[in-house]
Amino acid sequence: MTMALSGQYMTNGLLAAGVLLLKVLAVIMPITVVVAYLTYVERKVIGYMQRRIGPHRVGYRGLLQPFADVFKLLLKEVLVPASANRFLFLTAPFLALVPALATWAVVPFWRGAALANVDAGLLYVLAMTSMTVYGIILAGWSSNSKYALLGAMRSAAQMVAYEIAMGFALVGVIMASNSLNLDRIVVAQAGGLHHWYIWPLLPLAVVYFICGVAETNRAPFDVAEGESEIVAGFHVEYSGAGFALFFLAEYANMILISALVSIFFVGGWLSPFEGLVPILGKPGLHWLALKMAFFLFCFLWFRATFPRYRYDQIMRLGWKVFIPLTLLWIGLECVWKAVGFGPWF
Amino acid sequence: MPDLRNFTLNFGPQHPAAHGVLRLVLEMEGEVVRRADPHIGLLHRGTEKLAESKPFNHSIGYMDRLDYVSMMCNEHAYVLAIERLLGIVPPIRAQYIRVMFDEITRILNHLLWLGSHGLDIGAMTLFLYCFREREDLMDCYEAVSGARMHATYYRPGGVYRDLPQRMPQYQPPADPKVHRSTRELERMNANRQGSLLDFIEDFCNRFPALVDEYETLLTDNRIWKQRTVGIAVVPPERALALGFTGPMLRGSGIPWDLRRKQPYEVYDQMEFDIPVGTEGDCYDRYLVRVEEMRQSNRIIKQCVDWLKANPGPVMLADHKVTPPGREAVKQDMEALIHSFKLFSEGYSVPEGETYAAVEAPKGEFGIYLISDGANKPFRVKIRPPAFVHLAAMDEMVRGHMLADVVAVMGTMDIVFGEVDR
Repeated sequence: MTMALSGQYMTNGLLAAGVLLLKVLAVIMPITVVVAYLTYVERKVIGYMQRRIGPHRVGYRGLLQPFADVFKLLLKEVLVPASANRFLFLTAPFLALVPALATWAVVPFWRGAALANVDAGLLYVLAMTSMTVYGIILAGWSSNSKYALLGAMRSAAQMVAYEIAMGFALVGVIMASNSLNLDRIVVAQAGGLHHWYIWPLLPLAVVYFICGVAETNRAPFDVAEGESEIVAGFHVEYSGAGFALFFLAEYANMILISALVSIFFVGGWLSPFEGLVPILGKPGLHWLALKMAFFLFCFLWFRATFPRYRYDQIMRLGWKVFIPLTLLWIGLECVWKAVGFGPWF
Repeated sequence: MPDLRNFTLNFGPQHPAAHGVLRLVLEMEGEVVRRADPHIGLLHRGTEKLAESKPFNHSIGYMDRLDYVSMMCNEHAYVLAIERLLGIVPPIRAQYIRVMFDEITRILNHLLWLGSHGLDIGAMTLFLYCFREREDLMDCYEAVSGARMHATYYRPGGVYRDLPQRMPQYQPPADPKVHRSTRELERMNANRQGSLLDFIEDFCNRFPALVDEYETLLTDNRIWKQRTVGIAVVPPERALALGFTGPMLRGSGIPWDLRRKQPYEVYDQMEFDIPVGTEGDCYDRYLVRVEEMRQSNRIIKQCVDWLKANPGPVMLADHKVTPPGREAVKQDMEALIHSFKLFSEGYSVPEGETYAAVEAPKGEFGIYLISDGANKPFRVKIRPPAFVHLAAMDEMVRGHMLADVVAVMGTMDIVFGEVDR
């Protein structure tokens, strides 16, 4: 009797694990493909902004270029510098990539469609995104290169400053939605375009997105890589697959930040025409995808437009502008909430 | 107590922002530079010595390769020095052509400088914008000399040949896989229907708007200003003491320009302003150079108008110094002798010494030439502006951050061809 029962539990457990694995794959595989094509889109978009045409040789209009890049990187030799700490050097790329992918566990693609619809999802997001920096620090330290070390130090300092501003920006969202659950945060914005949090929380949304750009080490905050200063920063010693993993992590993080901004501030899968137009007003994954695409385009747009900040200027921006600004707005929001004006709170 | 030391960082020569082959040994305290020690010589080719072992004319091409971003200005100084020793003056039309191409070269140089300075500070789009215009100017080089960079166009006694009556045009691509429609080809050739002068005039009319375009990306950009304002400030007296010339000196507020102070060729008949900075920081030097592009454009316009109205010879008829031409060689005994002597032995330059300097885009580019009366120079000493500027590297970056080193290197506008010679 007991034996049979435990056996049944085991099959059930195995079945559940299998289903979960499939679900995880169903999230990770599309993300990987999007990462691949994001590199293509980046090169095309920036190319057209710079009066070039970008990749156009591999496949129709260069559409197979990402795969050519992947094969090239995978076939390259993985070089480990003689004086590097071998174990950490090889672990670091995974430490960068895993949090970038793990955060997706709580991201809802539409109503209730998250891998794990946990109540403290927002805290999990904050925890996971701050983990990314470990990969960078360890990569920089274990390479035993001065350029890499400088890159890692910059990245660590930047991360501390911007995590705080990012956290404060999210406090505003938590106050507005009364929830830490990402699903519920979106649902709380239902009711049409004017219910989205971007309107009452505009400064927080801007700060959050800029912090996101900084967290992913993208231009104009790419001091950790700082091509013209410290060559490639923390990943200067990486080649082949190790480099590919850092690349993957950076782009997965970009997509993640776009998804999070869409969810926190512009209503995730909700339609901007909600309650106005019959078919267009229906919520769905496509709205989330469109919003993400817009924010991803902004990432590329910034890169083509802005010069790079200096390291200390980034610090100043983080500590002296963003953190006071977010604090101020949280205070205002408290008052706003107590007075109870508008459709949001 | 452990012995604390600043760490040294080897910046270059294989570094994306080393502008060629600069090796900079930086003594750092965290991100702050305490001392910068530039190491040079990695591109040394012995130009001066090479020039001493060849007839005068043969070294003009070496001058192109010194500062390989402002080719014709280097030629100009060398040719000017020979002409002064020989006591000859080129025809007036040749002088106008030289002035025009000096200014085209200035724009070429400043465009490359602007693009790479932007790229160093992270604004990469500008780089490609600048190269779009450089392409047109390179075509002008090609139209007169056949070469896009190393022109060897100026010769003692004038310029190699007159401006072509027909601007070369784009042809349909030879590769059948590359598709280019007739309409696109027509669009690309639209401003190449007339002579070279028509093409340059068209460029002059377009260029100010394009400079505005570059400025929209940088001049009022907050990040650009944060990266350049107050960086590497050089007060005027220090600039003089360090031997700065060109935009580096004018950025510090001293209106010193050889085109005004010691006019050569027909610069005394040109109308142009000399922009100067007030603070002497990277931003001022940026503004000075951008304004210089506009002023060069003005000068080119004046030259084009004059050249269109005044045809004439572009080379002296003194065939001891200039080639008599192929047709004459076939018919005229004396021309044959001249031609043979000129291309084998060259010409002897009277004994003496001279210093000829031009206002190259980077500053004062001078040639100190000593002749002992032979057909080869006894000594050629090149005075490159960037060499002098590079010597101030330590003073300019001390106390700044690592990222500023890149900005300072950009603002100096260094090219290693002329630093190492």
